[in-house]
Amino acid sequence: MNKQLTAADAVAQLRDGMTIGFGGWGPRRKPMAIVREILRSPVKDLTVVAYGGPEVGMLCAAGKVRKLVFGFVTLDAIPLEPYYRKAREAGEMELMELDEGMFQWGLRAAGMRLPFLPTRCGLATDVTRLNPTLKTVRSPYDDGEVLLAMPALNLDVAFLHVNDADRLGNCLVTGPDPYFDHLFARAAQQCFVSCERLHERLSLTAEQARANTFERYLVTGVVHAPLGAHPTSCPSDYGWDLDHLKRYVASAQEENGWQQYVEACVAGGEQAYQAQNGGAARMGALPLPVF
Amino acid sequence: MSATCDFTLAELMIVAASEAWRGNGEVIASGLGVIPRLGASLAKLSHSPELLMTDSEAFLVEEPLPLGPRGEHVARYSGYLSFERVFECVWGGRRHAMIGPTQIDRWGQTNLSCVGDYHKPKAAMLGVRGLPGNSINHINSFFVPNHNTRVFVSGEVDMVSGVGFKADRWPEGARRDLMDIRQVITDLCTLDFEGPQRAVQVRTLHPGVSFDEVQDKTGFPLLKSAQLRETALPTAEQLALIRRLDPHGLRATAIKGNPPGIRPA
Repeated sequence: MNKQLTAADAVAQLRDGMTIGFGGWGPRRKPMAIVREILRSPVKDLTVVAYGGPEVGMLCAAGKVRKLVFGFVTLDAIPLEPYYRKAREAGEMELMELDEGMFQWGLRAAGMRLPFLPTRCGLATDVTRLNPTLKTVRSPYDDGEVLLAMPALNLDVAFLHVNDADRLGNCLVTGPDPYFDHLFARAAQQCFVSCERLHERLSLTAEQARANTFERYLVTGVVHAPLGAHPTSCPSDYGWDLDHLKRYVASAQEENGWQQYVEACVAGGEQAYQAQNGGAARMGALPLPVF
Repeated sequence: MSATCDFTLAELMIVAASEAWRGNGEVIASGLGVIPRLGASLAKLSHSPELLMTDSEAFLVEEPLPLGPRGEHVARYSGYLSFERVFECVWGGRRHAMIGPTQIDRWGQTNLSCVGDYHKPKAAMLGVRGLPGNSINHINSFFVPNHNTRVFVSGEVDMVSGVGFKADRWPEGARRDLMDIRQVITDLCTLDFEGPQRAVQVRTLHPGVSFDEVQDKTGFPLLKSAQLRETALPTAEQLALIRRLDPHGLRATAIKGNPPGIRPA
């Protein structure tokens, strides 16, 4: 069994109109090498499901997002994501804006093959008013409480970036927080994982094996993409690239800024991307952020 | 107090913020942003050591971590609190968060999503983030670095991201007893929702600020708390703790112009 493929092979599985999820959180451990591959592809009309960071802004800038399912889009150190804001303020995207907790609840429902899971989150806010598809449900027990029925967030494809993986699809997330990647993997028909290091077969101590947060049967394919989270962080390997993110944010204020960003950072492929960003040694040594 | 003032407005607000967590018991104290985080840290180091705090990433700490680069200092942890576990804490109600919303209305409803019409907003902000879930499940307080009528809006907030006390917003049969809003710390005053029918009232005024000025800069009518008084000034002990918690002086950038804690006459 060998699940290795290229980023182009993985992205070739996408069809116009699909619902795709991205792991990570804001500017943290996003599968950016795969995102750049999507930006180079003709695929469009996507429903994007994410705890949003620059992947959302870039896909918005490229005009590939028909609908966004999200709780936020942010670069953390730079709170407001410029290309998401442009698209959002243009009013052209369909939106499903959700509480962060509702969002993981919907992924969980999908992973458990349930139509919905109940929660209080979202009641008495505009989340429910603006998403008329969201319905409430009354507890069948004596309490009779009215709760929100968070529908399953079923994904056609999920993309994740992890620290280590093997050809069988076993994955390790060695940073302090696994975020919700495991739920994205469970919610998706197909899940493609890019990794910093690709191993023939992981052979771990019990302690190391605890960094495995979902089973390999969820993994359709593995892409070897060193520095593939850049410019987002990939704890415990490297931090986000604030200089790059600043240039990216500044590009949104320039005429043809997005086209220039694409030419400089996307069009040339990953090798050119690394050269553009000071080389692998610099990128791999970016310090982890201190919070 | 003489004409010189040996503390900044930010430091006064940190001390005021710390009071929000007094007497909460063993809950997660989440202060988001420089002043709320320093407030929570000060609360834990002074009057409320029972509070739980994180390193703002994924680990629990019993010694609040100073802000910014820590040099050779290696943090020691008492436990683990991934984002996934934060949601378990939120939904279980054992948390008191203080965040800075884009807008707040007279019902305590908050907005972090966008300003203007939802479908074509004037300004897209972060998104609702965790406000719907936080606001309905546990105690919340708010921080406002620049008290004005754009934050404290006259009507409802443009996009209700966090729940408040507006009865007709609540569906029949939903539980309203799990939420509470405690304090709003601004650069002019502190507010609470302890008026009749949870109306907003001014609780304390920062030194040199008048009730009328606060009212002028608020988009809805304010009441005066029966205990209306001046905001407590930081003590030397509190200022020393704040300096220890913020060795790089990030608090100097938290309020525009970093004004002194007592307004020059």
